Amino acid sequence: MFRRLPEADGPAVSFTLNGRPATGVDGDSVAAALLAMGERVCRTTAVSGAARGPFCLMGVCFECLVTIDRIGNRQACLVRLRAGMQVETGKGKREAGP
Amino acid sequence: MRTLPDVAALAPAYDVAVVGAGPAGMAAAIAAAAHGLSVLVADEAPAPGGQIYRAVTTTRVRRRSLLGADYWRGAPLAAAFAAAPVDTLPEASVWHLDDACVLGVSAQGASRLVTARHVILATGALERPFPVRGWTEPGVMTVGAAQILLKSSGLVATGRVVLAGTGPLLWLLASQYLASGAPPALILDTTPRANWRLAAPHLPAFLCSPYALKGLRLMARVRRRVPVISDVTGLGIDRDGAAQLVTYRHGDGRSGAAAADIVLLHQGVVPNVNLAGAAGCALEWNDTQACWQPQTDAWGMTSVAHIALAGDGAGILGAEAAAVRGKLAGLAAACALGAITPQTRDRLAARPRAALRRCGRGRAFLDALYRPAGSMRVAPPDAIACRCEEVTGADIRAAVRDLHVTGPNQMKAFLRCGMGPCQGRMCALTVAETIAEARGVSPAEVGTMRLRSPVKPLTLGELASLPRSEADTKAVLRG
Repeated sequence: MFRRLPEADGPAVSFTLNGRPATGVDGDSVAAALLAMGERVCRTTAVSGAARGPFCLMGVCFECLVTIDRIGNRQACLVRLRAGMQVETGKGKREAGP
Repeated sequence: MRTLPDVAALAPAYDVAVVGAGPAGMAAAIAAAAHGLSVLVADEAPAPGGQIYRAVTTTRVRRRSLLGADYWRGAPLAAAFAAAPVDTLPEASVWHLDDACVLGVSAQGASRLVTARHVILATGALERPFPVRGWTEPGVMTVGAAQILLKSSGLVATGRVVLAGTGPLLWLLASQYLASGAPPALILDTTPRANWRLAAPHLPAFLCSPYALKGLRLMARVRRRVPVISDVTGLGIDRDGAAQLVTYRHGDGRSGAAAADIVLLHQGVVPNVNLAGAAGCALEWNDTQACWQPQTDAWGMTSVAHIALAGDGAGILGAEAAAVRGKLAGLAAACALGAITPQTRDRLAARPRAALRRCGRGRAFLDALYRPAGSMRVAPPDAIACRCEEVTGADIRAAVRDLHVTGPNQMKAFLRCGMGPCQGRMCALTVAETIAEARGVSPAEVGTMRLRSPVKPLTLGELASLPRSEADTKAVLRG
């Protein structure tokens, strides 16, 4: 779906996606790292449950909302990937409770 | 520049606060700091450059021919910005601005209120919404998004990549993809045929502009390698397994379809007005560019005292003009705060003003040629207009017809369009133009959504992290 130009390769950054080990490259946003892995879906919508993925990559569309280190609704395109991050894709409406 | 690690490092007050570190923001900050003013620049990205010069100081894609000479024009500006005596707060969001020039700023999970004597908004542009059926499908993105992935992470789309829409950026990305060894499979050009006639009177001025030769060469290079279908008047995207099926209609009534792994949409850029609007700056309808823009004077001053706009956020003129408009706004700030006299300001502004006139040459041609068709600016019945709340063109038309809704603010009460997390950034234009079409009036008459802070979401934790005084606590405690 996306491939990285050879000159753009850099130090690997390890993180987890939905609990599974994943890898991006230093300098990636979380959204870029997900797209580079072939993950085009970030969440399902609160209204109909439709799948959505990154759309604008510049912080205006709010489609790439994910949970990062237990904080929900983070814009994956604006958050720089850091080692050890726990990223979870969003699933519909947020449930109340712990 | 001094890069602040977090909001705790912010000074409580600055002479000038600049929002956005694209060409306009960088140039404004450099100009204001040159006259001894204390300057803060807050930006959402990890490094300066804005979207046009995104990652210009950090990208690993350094082959000059790949991103092109225009991109690398940002490097000297970013270098001058790095050398300027300004505070910068990267990876920050500015969620509040009011007419007292108080800014709410969040970064790294904490928030502060910062007071400025003068504010320059350099919030730039965003891509015009492109409400066609299926534009919400994963795998459908904007041309600008693909370009950001290329600049900041060296990522290019693979498989069958279909570009659809109109405007210079679409051709630029196609040429960058060619240079990356990833030619797009197809370009569906939605530039309305009638626009050529409307643009023709502006052609001589355009041919004298720096854009003409460059642009024509670039388009010729793309056309040699990529099939282009012109005069596309209708578009729809449907999911087909893991891929998309793009169906299109020609001006002559024929139709066709193309399979795509990635669809990239673009129909120009429009000012990002959310922060200016929330601060109370008056917005006006620009019919030439079919968008809302804050009212500004020749110095970028808005209807609110000490809040100025610089760059494409005040109306689209392009990156080169944005840097010039930033410089003018920086000089105006220095004058407004008494650091220079009006005579000095005017003397220093003479050359930038001449440069601005040069940059403006050819703009009328581009505006006329690439003005998207009205039918592409409204949501068809089967397309989502408001992506957040999943409101369709049919929903909006039904509310106008059956409920006699007259404008976007009333529409919110019935359909919630514009009330999701993007706060209307992706639908305000579509909703206004769809209502206007349904009512048979101008968008200027139906108006736009009222904008309010916080213009970016923040957690209760960030809100609670705001320092508070005893007086603040007493103000809300009883007994």
